Amino acid sequence: MTGNMVSEDPSKKEMRIRRIHHGTVIDHITAGQALNVLRILGISGTTTAVVSVALNVSSGVIGLKDIVKVEDRELEEEEVDRISLIAPDATINIIRDFEVIEKYMVDLPERLEGVVKCANPNCISNTNEPVTSKFTVNKKPVELRCIYCDHVISEGIAEHLI
Amino acid sequence: MKTHKFKLQSHLLDVMQHHIISMRDFSRDDIDLILKKTKEFEPIARGKRSDLLSGKILATLFYEPSTRTRLSFETAMKRLGGEVVDMGGIELSSVAKGENLADTIRVVGNYADTIVLRHPREGAARMAAEFSKVPIINAGDGAGHHPTQTLLDLYTIMRESSLLDIKIALLGDLKYGRTVHSLAYALSLYHAEMTLVSPPQLKISDIFKKDLKKQGAVIREVSNIDDVIGDIDVLYVTRIQKERFPDPAEYQKVAGIYRITEELLKKARDNLIVMHPLPRVDEIDPAVDRTKYARYFEQSFYGVPIRMTLLSMAMEAV
Repeated sequence: MTGNMVSEDPSKKEMRIRRIHHGTVIDHITAGQALNVLRILGISGTTTAVVSVALNVSSGVIGLKDIVKVEDRELEEEEVDRISLIAPDATINIIRDFEVIEKYMVDLPERLEGVVKCANPNCISNTNEPVTSKFTVNKKPVELRCIYCDHVISEGIAEHLI
Repeated sequence: MKTHKFKLQSHLLDVMQHHIISMRDFSRDDIDLILKKTKEFEPIARGKRSDLLSGKILATLFYEPSTRTRLSFETAMKRLGGEVVDMGGIELSSVAKGENLADTIRVVGNYADTIVLRHPREGAARMAAEFSKVPIINAGDGAGHHPTQTLLDLYTIMRESSLLDIKIALLGDLKYGRTVHSLAYALSLYHAEMTLVSPPQLKISDIFKKDLKKQGAVIREVSNIDDVIGDIDVLYVTRIQKERFPDPAEYQKVAGIYRITEELLKKARDNLIVMHPLPRVDEIDPAVDRTKYARYFEQSFYGVPIRMTLLSMAMEAV
């Protein structure tokens, strides 16, 4: 999965992800969520982008973490909002010429509109009514409360992303 | 719309203008004020003439069957001198032609001063409020909220017992029953000591329990009513609602599991009151109706003065 961006360090006999030239590094992704991050970014098996993914890397901050590096891409605000839902501790590093020119933590918005589908099949937002889904957001732990039906999504948020 | 004269404290209620959607929109101060005001409406609910809402029109949109809620809203409106229009059965209305709720609300809002809505979808009333230029009063949205029922339940407790330091048992379907969810939430604002009595498959959800505890609610859960009957001031009985069960076989397992009888009530405190939102099926033996404990018919009466208060608030008459 890491393709040509992985090199072997003969001295330590372990795999390392090479630094990227231009693009974005999403670090401190909650372990297990890297593939969902790729989904949010619309990156599938047919992508032509240069992407590297590391799973279950040791992190002093959050125990185990995943990392995603994408060459030649900077993220839209809406993409960052979506990532924050499934990886609330993630940091976004924008890279140019191998240098980190900007680094910031994702920040969960207090309110989400049109990003997540309510998990309650009987919610009015899951009908043909002219409304978009809306949620209020609790940050720790991440819980989304539908403003229409009060249904709370606390697990498997990635499955409900629109 | 202007802020109504009924100076409610809740910031959210101001934001929501005059809509009455969920108990979560009310603070304890709001509720206390509504309950206090309701006492003034009791004589009118019993027949004293009033023209407080004369010239006003209430539209009732019931997408699901209802007897008590619809009739008590109509009674409240008419006893206050107002008029009621209703859309009849949904098979007779434009809903049958495929009109969505948002459009119906926008149309009816041009005719009436307030809309009372019952709808099978959770969140319908909140959505209706987004599209309505007149106040929406939620008369039940699926398995969601039913704030006017909760307010009349609280009023019954206040009138027939006390809302201070009460010990209450909520019995029956705590998973699907919307009245219980709203009531438990409101009771948590009063620091009531709640015992939840249900078969394991109809227990209150963990998420909701967590919510209640966040409010500071004291909750215990049991499955046998005998364990608590001697230790409570209020017994709130609910029907196990067949229509809310996704699987009929699951309903059969729990149907008729609880029955309140005179025999059971021998172990009760003298001051116990028994409540039920009605309709009942077989949860309360008819012989209990004659005992000093029964309050469910008073409770259904209190629906009228409570709805008088809410209608008057919505139409800025108080």
